[in-house]
Amino acid sequence: MKTTLIALRLFLVMTLLTGVLYPLAVTGIAQGFFNAQANGSVLKGAQNQVLGSELLAQKFDSVIYFQSRPSACDYGTVASGASNKGPTSKALQDLVQERRAAFRTANGLAAAQAVPGDMAFASGSGLDPHISTEAARLQVARVAKARAFDAAKTQVLQKLVDNAVESPQFGIFGQERVNVLKLNIALSQLTRQ
Amino acid sequence: MQPLDFLQIALYFGLLLVCTPLLGGFMANVFQGERTWLTPVAKPIENVIYKISGVNDREEMSWKEYAASLLVFNALGFLAVFGLMLAQGALPLNPQSIGGTSAYLAFNTAVSFMTNTNWQAYSGEAALSYLTQMLGLSVQNFVSAATGVTVLLALARGIARRQSSSSSSELPSKTVGNFWVDLTRITLYVLLPLSIILAIVLVSQGVVQSFGAYITATTLEGHSQIIPLGPAASQIAIKQLGTNGGGFFGVNSAHPFENPTPFSNFLQVFAILLIPAALTYTYGKIVGSVRQGWVIFGAMLAVLLVVLGIALWSETSYNPVLQASSPLEGKEQRFGTANSILWGMTTTVASNGSVNAMHDSFSPLAGGMAMVNIMLGEVIFGGVGAGLYGMLMFIIITVFIAGLMVGRTPEYLGKKIEAFEVQMAMITILAPSAVILIGTMIAVLIPQGLSSLNNQAAHGFSEILYAFTSAAGNNGSAFAGLTVDTPFYNIALGIGMLVGRFGVILPALAIAGSLVSKKYTPPSLGTFPTDKPLFAVLLIAVILIVGALTFFPALSLGPIVEHLLMNAGKTF
Repeated sequence: MKTTLIALRLFLVMTLLTGVLYPLAVTGIAQGFFNAQANGSVLKGAQNQVLGSELLAQKFDSVIYFQSRPSACDYGTVASGASNKGPTSKALQDLVQERRAAFRTANGLAAAQAVPGDMAFASGSGLDPHISTEAARLQVARVAKARAFDAAKTQVLQKLVDNAVESPQFGIFGQERVNVLKLNIALSQLTRQ
Repeated sequence: MQPLDFLQIALYFGLLLVCTPLLGGFMANVFQGERTWLTPVAKPIENVIYKISGVNDREEMSWKEYAASLLVFNALGFLAVFGLMLAQGALPLNPQSIGGTSAYLAFNTAVSFMTNTNWQAYSGEAALSYLTQMLGLSVQNFVSAATGVTVLLALARGIARRQSSSSSSELPSKTVGNFWVDLTRITLYVLLPLSIILAIVLVSQGVVQSFGAYITATTLEGHSQIIPLGPAASQIAIKQLGTNGGGFFGVNSAHPFENPTPFSNFLQVFAILLIPAALTYTYGKIVGSVRQGWVIFGAMLAVLLVVLGIALWSETSYNPVLQASSPLEGKEQRFGTANSILWGMTTTVASNGSVNAMHDSFSPLAGGMAMVNIMLGEVIFGGVGAGLYGMLMFIIITVFIAGLMVGRTPEYLGKKIEAFEVQMAMITILAPSAVILIGTMIAVLIPQGLSSLNNQAAHGFSEILYAFTSAAGNNGSAFAGLTVDTPFYNIALGIGMLVGRFGVILPALAIAGSLVSKKYTPPSLGTFPTDKPLFAVLLIAVILIVGALTFFPALSLGPIVEHLLMNAGKTF
């Protein structure tokens, strides 16, 4: 009985400490010092409307935008998910071949040209905001053509992509990548000019 | 594999080596009640906690009292999570108006978080309110990890405490510590400070920490997109540090809001092993010889490096079915293959179970190694506290076998290892193994087991085998294609987690109680030294032989045959 009483009281104290005070303290500091990050790293448009989060992939169907990585949950966020298909899955094999063919067709690549793995395979989160540098560069010609860019403007677009390449963090961590939503927002501003 | 990949892995293990004695030494001081630099801040809080709870911090407990306190405290945690999940629809801090869950899911999740497994048959952003995540799950993230360390401390005291052999009239103290004090100190001095720091750094990288409602965005193409929020960073920090692994979001640390940058990834994967590794040093300090701790650390590290090597080789090898090396299915571009495999191996050796890539889509042998890591008993670093007390069970078996070889009663650190200790240690190894093999056998024989499959043939078998392995090892990672929010899996895996947790904790505490009452026997010529590399080799051999004998048949039906079929270009 004594044990149960102590257990109950200690459990309530621990709940207060780790389940109330701790998350509240972290929230306070987070909201104070890292407000943008704590609230979803939201990107806004000219009229202050929310365009999305720089951390969450969006679906880009249209040829005038750079495409995100394939998403097994069709870019749904509540909840997001992966295919969880295994390495000998027939369904995955078919899907990957389809995606490679579609990417080649859309971007005018030769049948023998390799399609970057990130465009053939769906991400783990279904919301991967990045693509590889190669996947971004291979889409430049298509985007320029779809937007009827002249040679000069295509060059500017090329530069836009170059500037969008993020190096491994601090030179060490992770891999090179391009944030698709940020690139597409820059692209839409470029077109408006 | 790029040079940068090797550099990241080298940095990872280098940092682990540096932090092990630093944090390990600090923890030894905390657990033995000595003064540390945190004492001025934490001691007053500690005293207030004891006062409110009615704890006498000078009181010592026998192993049975210690075990009873642990069980009652854990039961309360179960009830809290279970109740919150059922009632969340009527409770505050629920801006998305998420309703209560089924009783099956609530049972499974409450067991899962109480046992430090954090198996998740739900997606947090769709199924749980902020209140449930915070008041239910966050709390269990702390106290289940702390519970693991309490058992380790009791066992270490059982080994280290010496009964005076001269005064037979004096009753030897047969106590192993005070559960309440141990639990409080671990939480207050170690888990909370580290979590606060990690949580804030994670927010700086983009992990959300907000009580606001989900935001609706209108995309450039005019679709609408919901941006989920929540008090995520505070939970993710302890999820990694406490080897819990339960994600705030369904896809865990693959989710960009849970693990936004390569740096956040490095910190999170480092946090998985930080405390389990440091505890080997703490243990060495408590038993009076840091060499004892380093030998255990060395054995753990050696196994991890080998499994990491195998998994990296397998994952980067060419898959003729998908016509790709390092296929990126289930992986994030910002992390890449090497970071995904490094995480996949550390999270499975360490009983953490968080993921930053989908294990279901790993190559057969990489996914297989993840399973092997758990099957070895979660003793390669293992869960916070749990890994080391599990390892001490294997050490008991190893000194027993060494004793058989030389024909003497074995002893470990001056305590005779006799029939009772060996029996108890065998229970801790057999109980989880039985859950894995019997559970898998039942699931593959009944429609309730098979109807949940997402993959066919060998890989489907692996999905089921992985689920029971993860539950029994209190890991929590999954071949997540398997649909597990069903009455059968919620109950079966819930029972598996309970057996895997308390089927180890209770025998381990019984050993602590038995050892603490034994007289100290000074080492003699016949004593097998446990602080030499040779012991580490023998220990590894015992772990591998036990694991291989138990699981090789099951593994050959899953990952091994799938590897062969994949190389033959077969699909299912």
